[in-house]
Amino acid sequence: MQGKRLIHLLIGLYFSTTALTVYASDSKEGGQTPAERKVEVSAYVNHHNLDTHDFGLFSYTGSNGEHHQVGFPLPVILWADGLHVFSSGALHHGESVVASKGKYFVLDTHAYKIYETNAQGTLNYDQDHHVLNQAPLDFSITKSVFMIMVVGLLLILIFRSLAKSYATNQGLPVGVGRFFEPIVIFIRDDIAIPNIGAEKYQRYMPYLLTVFFFIWFLNLFGLTPLGVNVTGNIAVTSALAIITFLITNFTGTKDYWKHIFDPLGHGMPWSAKIPLYIILIPIEILGIFIKPFSLLIRLYANMQAGHIVLGSLIGLIYIFQNWLAGPLGLGLSFAISFIELLVALLQAYIFTMLSALYFGFASETHEHAVEHDGELQHL
Amino acid sequence: MEKLIGEFSVGLFFWQTLLFVAMLFILKKYAWKPILDAVNEREEGIKKALESAVQAKKEMASMNADNEKLLQEARSERDAMLKEAREIKAKLIGDAKDEAKSEADKIIIQAQAAIQSEKKAAIAEIKDQVASLSIDIAEKVIKQALSRDDQQQKLVKDLLDDTALN
Repeated sequence: MQGKRLIHLLIGLYFSTTALTVYASDSKEGGQTPAERKVEVSAYVNHHNLDTHDFGLFSYTGSNGEHHQVGFPLPVILWADGLHVFSSGALHHGESVVASKGKYFVLDTHAYKIYETNAQGTLNYDQDHHVLNQAPLDFSITKSVFMIMVVGLLLILIFRSLAKSYATNQGLPVGVGRFFEPIVIFIRDDIAIPNIGAEKYQRYMPYLLTVFFFIWFLNLFGLTPLGVNVTGNIAVTSALAIITFLITNFTGTKDYWKHIFDPLGHGMPWSAKIPLYIILIPIEILGIFIKPFSLLIRLYANMQAGHIVLGSLIGLIYIFQNWLAGPLGLGLSFAISFIELLVALLQAYIFTMLSALYFGFASETHEHAVEHDGELQHL
Repeated sequence: MEKLIGEFSVGLFFWQTLLFVAMLFILKKYAWKPILDAVNEREEGIKKALESAVQAKKEMASMNADNEKLLQEARSERDAMLKEAREIKAKLIGDAKDEAKSEADKIIIQAQAAIQSEKKAAIAEIKDQVASLSIDIAEKVIKQALSRDDQQQKLVKDLLDDTALN
């Protein structure tokens, strides 16, 4: 009963506030057409998904038309014939040129990249609007790096406390560990053991657990209004996929390599195998790289797409600014948020699951064991 | 594709790899290993407890079977004892009955003998009394009848008639 009343209240509140914003925007932005607003929203959504050098919480346009951004600066670390370290606050969102050790740097707000420039801060563009200036090596602690650190600390905090709670509570978890322990067990029993096998799963467990919780937590942070889009960044997913690739190939058994370079086995004479292998072996070798590549693209595309869809649906409200698009945009983005909540978990699961599957291929000695068993039985 | 390569940030890639690997090793040492060990230990404990419970159940079952066997033995022993007692009782009763019967037979025989002898004595006495009584009666009758001469003659005549008829 109370819940129902609360929903009524929320709906009422929602309608009254949308009505207010519609009237307010009508009076203020009367001159802007929907097409102009569309371009603005599109740019906003795209920028929202990019990595930035400061941590922006929200922005607003003041009464004098000045654009304010609220957040906190992060350290900028550049390498251009020497190390340059300064606070991102000095860049003033691309409005100021920063002088450091005889070099000048400016932020290009189009793609949020820092370029070397002159004292005036001029940027040269080609006909496709690409910046021609020299870009320094950028090792800044950006928003994404900052969030990776936050999630890392969070993971260490949560799972360290879970690990400690066993000692103090006779082998049972307490507090937040009660929620996370079944997930750890799920990863062990339903991802690692079925894909890798009961004998060899143990050495892959730390990576599988870390990658699952890392992706899941970052995906969830991506759904907060902070505008975090770490797992939707190709550099992050590449790094994860490369680690999976390295673990897969460095733990590969004789059988795994044999499967790649001699996939048909003993059943065929070499004279028949050679013509087939001219095609098969390149495909197998390509497969080694395609597997992790699919991992990185899948995670990147899913998270990026989710952010774009959510941003666009919310943007609908600002583009159309009427009674129909307001509730529609809100309702749709509300529904999509739930789907995204599921996708956040699902993508973490898929990445972990497929990594486990690849590790399973790499550590497989199953066929060999069966052969041995057969021989023993014959004897 | 060009956009993707353009978006690829070497710095972010570097930090992600570094931080992730560091995180992996810290978590491995301080979290995953103790957690998985504790979980395994607990599962082993549960498995062992379950196994010992099954063992205890089996022991209980075998003990129950033993009890049942003992009970069965006791029951059959009791039955045997009861049967024996019943037999003894029947035998005792039978013996007593036989003895009583033979005793009774003896008594009856003795009684019959006594009765016979008593009967004989009584009959002899009766015979004596009847004889004396008949003599008395005969004496009296004869005395009365032979008081007159005609009567004496009639008597003699009747007696002679009878004798002739015979």
